[in-house]
Amino acid sequence: MKLVVAIIKPFKLDEVRQALTAIGVHGMTVTEVKGYGRQKGHTEIYRGAEYVVNFLPKLRIEIAVSSELADKAVDVITSSARTGQIGDGKIFVTPIDHALRIRTGETDSDAL
Amino acid sequence: MGALSSRAAKLAAPLNLLKKRMIFAPIRRYIGGSCAGLAILFATPALAGTSEINAADTAWMIVATALVLMMTIPGLALFYSGMVRKKNVLATMAQSLAAVAMISILWVAFGYSLVFVGDGPWLGTLDRWFLAGMTMDGVNPAAKTIPEVLFMLYQMTFAIITVALVAGSVADRMRFSAYLLFSVGWFMFVYIPLAHWVWGGGFLGAAGVLDFAGGLVVHLSAGAGGLVAAKVMGRRHGYGTENLSPFDLSLAVVGTGLLWVGWFGFNGGSALAADSRAVMAITATHLAACAGALTWGAVEWSIQRKPSVLGMISGAVAGLGTITPASGFVAPWHGIVIGGVAGLICFWACTSVKRRFNYDDSLDVFGVHGVGGMTGILLAGVFATASIGGTSGLIEGNPRLLLVQLYGIAVTLVWSLGITYVLLKLVSAFVPLRVSLQQEMEGLDISQHGEALQ
Repeated sequence: MKLVVAIIKPFKLDEVRQALTAIGVHGMTVTEVKGYGRQKGHTEIYRGAEYVVNFLPKLRIEIAVSSELADKAVDVITSSARTGQIGDGKIFVTPIDHALRIRTGETDSDAL
Repeated sequence: MGALSSRAAKLAAPLNLLKKRMIFAPIRRYIGGSCAGLAILFATPALAGTSEINAADTAWMIVATALVLMMTIPGLALFYSGMVRKKNVLATMAQSLAAVAMISILWVAFGYSLVFVGDGPWLGTLDRWFLAGMTMDGVNPAAKTIPEVLFMLYQMTFAIITVALVAGSVADRMRFSAYLLFSVGWFMFVYIPLAHWVWGGGFLGAAGVLDFAGGLVVHLSAGAGGLVAAKVMGRRHGYGTENLSPFDLSLAVVGTGLLWVGWFGFNGGSALAADSRAVMAITATHLAACAGALTWGAVEWSIQRKPSVLGMISGAVAGLGTITPASGFVAPWHGIVIGGVAGLICFWACTSVKRRFNYDDSLDVFGVHGVGGMTGILLAGVFATASIGGTSGLIEGNPRLLLVQLYGIAVTLVWSLGITYVLLKLVSAFVPLRVSLQQEMEGLDISQHGEALQ
């Protein structure tokens, strides 16, 4: 089992969700986050006062998938979230030790 | 309010001949610009005067009163709190709210009487202390067709918003208890004398200074007071280094809309009657707001490549503040010119001037209201049109008016700057003006009021 964490541009969420659904990923957690990478920030001007906004709004999506599905998920996220512009985001994949569905008590692959 | 003298003369009530001479002759002379100590004659008998109360005037003035109150809550409360950071939103609203509650009661207690009852050159009397002697059908000689209670109430809303305006310059850092003390003092020692001097029969009005709805009394006094307060309090923590961007400009846009509409009552109501002059004032007011919004936005577009929403609403408020003293004296199209000039000058004041002198006027009370008020007073001297307000300005061949207007600006500036400074020093002897650094970082909502937006 793998946990795929992707930081993406907010307006790409729908495309990513559709692409993941198409390959059989049926659950996702989405969080609004702020951060910076190579894109850095942007400048805002309020009545002549300039502020550099370092942290840009992004979405962090998390999906837990079987190990076989993980590579495919990474691929479709990459293709659906890419604009080619700086700031498209990153994907991290980590192993999951244990999983459990709270309602039924099912564990590991049954719980995904 | 500049309308007072000419209206009073026009609506001369059928009193007996002797009284008529005593009361109205000096008023006519005021229009000519001389006062000659006749003020004392004017003082006593006129107070008791009753007159025909006009239903239309009364109805309009009730509406105008409500409109001007709406300018402070929620208008100014929203306008200001939308521009501060999220942790100070409630505290900023609390300042407007507190101004309404406190100043209303003080106005009834002694403010109204000291401003509008009796016309000594320096201060009114305490004859209407807690509205003593005010009757159902009595009128103030300044507004003979509406009940005196209504006149009192209408003028109350001006005092409220002026005090509330000052708070914008010290947003994000002033201790609430210090704000309350300072506001009471500022109302008593800056607003009351100035309002009397210009509108209540004092020496500035007698000198012929034109200030229809409050360029000096409201905007310049608040702006100058705000400038001193910002200077004395010092800059916000993180000013110039941290991101102090507005929490929610949409609130400020809503607030601007309420201010804008409320201003119809502010300037239109200052005619003190439901008449054509009120309509002229409202028209000039609206056009000035439009021109101000357009020019400020356009300047930003050319300098900063984008026209900001904050810029457009700042321009609208600058246009409104600037037309305030001139409305009722100028033609509608003058409103467009005055608003346009306001957009340019106030933009310059809020950007270059503020940077150059390095003061932290958080919400630009001086840049928008102080500079706008001064500009409007001067432009009233330029554009005043005899067929509208009964006075000619520079364009109609009366350069002297411009000097009189300058005199008004000088007196207001010196008074407001000086007294505000003394008051702040005095208050700081009892309560620290600023919150502690830790409280400032935490936000005033939590540290001053124990509440916060989630």
